[in-house]
Amino acid sequence: MGGKKPEGMELFKDGRRIDGRRPDELRPIKIQAGVLKRADGSAYLEWGGNKILVAVYGPREAHPRHDQDPVRAIVRCRYNMASFSVSDRKRPGPDRRSQEISKILSEALAHVVLTQLYPRTAIDVFIEVIEAEAGTRCAGLTAASVALADAGIPMKGLVSSVAAGKIDGKVVLDLSREEDNFGETDLPIAIVPKTNEFVLMQMDGHLTDAEFDEALTMASDAAHTIYGIQKRALVDRYERAAETQASDEEETERGHEPDEGSEGGY
Amino acid sequence: MTHRGQQVRELVVPGELLDDTGRLKPGFNTYREGGSVFATRLGLKEVRGDRVSVIQLSGRYEPMRGDFVIGTVVENGPSNWYITVGAPQDVGMHVNDVPWRVEFGETSKYLAVGDTVLLRVVHVDELRKVQVSMKDRQCRKLEGGITLDISPSKVPRVIGRQGSMISMIKDMTNTRMLVGQNGVIWIDGAPQDIAVARRAIETIEAEAHTSGLTDRIRKLLEDARGRSYEEVRAERESERRQSGEDEGGDGGEPEGEEGFDDSDGDDDPEDDES
Amino acid sequence: MGENDVVSEIKKDHIYALAREGRRFDGRAFDEYRPIRIQTNLIQQAEGSARVQIGDTDVFVGVKMAIGEPYADSPKSGVLTTSAELIPMASPTFEPGPPRPAAIELARVVDRGIRETKTINVEKLCIVEGEKVWMTYVDIHIVDYDGNLFDAASLGAICALVSAKVPASKHEVGEDMPMPVDHLPIMTTGLKLGSENAIVLDPGLAEDQVGGPRLSVSTDENGDIRAMQKGLVGGLTRNEVKWIVATGRERARDIREQVIKATGFSLP
Repeated sequence: MGGKKPEGMELFKDGRRIDGRRPDELRPIKIQAGVLKRADGSAYLEWGGNKILVAVYGPREAHPRHDQDPVRAIVRCRYNMASFSVSDRKRPGPDRRSQEISKILSEALAHVVLTQLYPRTAIDVFIEVIEAEAGTRCAGLTAASVALADAGIPMKGLVSSVAAGKIDGKVVLDLSREEDNFGETDLPIAIVPKTNEFVLMQMDGHLTDAEFDEALTMASDAAHTIYGIQKRALVDRYERAAETQASDEEETERGHEPDEGSEGGY
Repeated sequence: MTHRGQQVRELVVPGELLDDTGRLKPGFNTYREGGSVFATRLGLKEVRGDRVSVIQLSGRYEPMRGDFVIGTVVENGPSNWYITVGAPQDVGMHVNDVPWRVEFGETSKYLAVGDTVLLRVVHVDELRKVQVSMKDRQCRKLEGGITLDISPSKVPRVIGRQGSMISMIKDMTNTRMLVGQNGVIWIDGAPQDIAVARRAIETIEAEAHTSGLTDRIRKLLEDARGRSYEEVRAERESERRQSGEDEGGDGGEPEGEEGFDDSDGDDDPEDDES
Repeated sequence: MGENDVVSEIKKDHIYALAREGRRFDGRAFDEYRPIRIQTNLIQQAEGSARVQIGDTDVFVGVKMAIGEPYADSPKSGVLTTSAELIPMASPTFEPGPPRPAAIELARVVDRGIRETKTINVEKLCIVEGEKVWMTYVDIHIVDYDGNLFDAASLGAICALVSAKVPASKHEVGEDMPMPVDHLPIMTTGLKLGSENAIVLDPGLAEDQVGGPRLSVSTDENGDIRAMQKGLVGGLTRNEVKWIVATGRERARDIREQVIKATGFSLP
């Protein structure tokens, strides 16, 4: 962010950005659910030049013991960038940036997962960035939400994440690599589309109050669009399951009784 | 929504609105907030009477009182064992909950790491702590045969209405089978018969929610056996009647083998459905 | 099922019993590989990349290149470094943290399979003798573990290397050139399942969980043996070793053809 722009570089030209997008346009996004065999749930996402794979395991035993919470499940998100995912090779293993991102993503997801249903356990979310092009934490969180649903983890709702920013004095949506490198502001957010609550928000740069409002609106609207893409991924994965025959073949389903007093309870 | 007798159930995602009229009660995998009902899990929306539920399509096994489950011993304690059943946590079983008298420190003489056991879930408390027991007559260590792991959400389909699907598979393949609610299935018999039973189950798992499945499975079994199900079933029935008349006859399948196919959630494991 | 490494006796007995009769749990022949899928050049940020799937085992490999100093004892050679990550997403039994011995062994075996075979002509990766050479980093990322990591990882590494380009122009040291690959060694692994001569190639997950010992063999395009690694506890008879080598060599030929077809690579 805020790097020195090469001589003559214009991030805007005739109302269009370097890659041809309008200010409020998203990069192309594709999501597939259920792509890994061993994991309880998984998702693969491509977003602009980002390629991200997410696996969910859980709920399962939380090790080490002292990490366990006696009344709820802990949500452990591990965000990691593959060495080959960036231009200058990154040494394997978590660095401080990855650890910080892991923490805020865990916190975002812990808000929607019904953790009180699984005391003493852990829900592990592994986010691997296979290839990076700006906005990996938003892309990772968006994919993680799909993977958690794929794993059958009960949640209040999905989480949809995207970043807004400011380049050449103009508020824009979903920064690309150059915009991230040479722009003035980066504002990644995540909302729960069902409630419009923000579960992730970070910012660095410079925004007036009016610009901030504009950016938040732009990002929230885009998050709803992204929610549609997330839902589509899950429907595509399970669409064959949606066909049934209402007849004698109708089997008795065994499900779970709602807890006493389901008003706001689960 | 119906179309020529086929009902397409709507796939819903967590947080999705299921009903905002206030007239439906929250069923499985849902929650109510401000008069509306929402889904908590990915699954198929289903309305039965005045209840709206979500039939879950994925997720680990969650123990419920009364379930019979098949698990593997992973650890021996001096007076207990830890057994994995595919649930969020391994279950502990105390020496008080088995039919043998086990001396302190001698648990491995009865059940060792790697042993497969049929257990009953006797209690799940508010903190989701699970108590299991082998005291039920049906419970025992399983030896020989093979085990398959399927998604717990597919178990009702493998059992079928009133146990019809699993009876068909057993009769046509001449195998003994036990189906745990946790998705673990034990099959024993001649290797080629086990292989056919396994194929049938794997097909059911892959196509659980599609129509015409029962017919396809019957065809798979008939092709493998070279005989029709009608024939085989009639034969079995007369065998059973015969051995019922004989004093001290072998009686066909060991007692209790039918017991676990009960899909109504009935607590009595000895309900013989045939 | 479960995060433990405990395998049920029933599963082990069943797989061993099948093996005694010459059969495998998924119906394959002893020397049969699962379907192999190869994709290359999928990661633009990397100088070379590949994704290899053997059955459901899934591996991403990236090749990154940078300029650095050569080792003192080989001033004219480029430097090759291989790392393998058994990331926790690949299996409920993989834990996060520093590499476990299994991951280290995997990386080192794959590394030797490339280095000792002189697969890459490291002399061609010298820029200024004694001062500047190309550093090649091969990073292997296992994302789904369904058996036979050795073959999947080494195949991924080879495919990523043959499709790699040396980014000389970006670093202003000349013109871009393809990675100088001189050989195509292919690794094949055999695993013993209980009884004598019950050896299977390309073990699936269930077999990996119950079998041992294991012998991985790398053979080149001339059929010569270039690298080997025996792992896990147990003994192999001479005949068993010969079978693994001979059968592996044949399978390696098939796989090599697939690599050439998938990548368009041709040996010098």
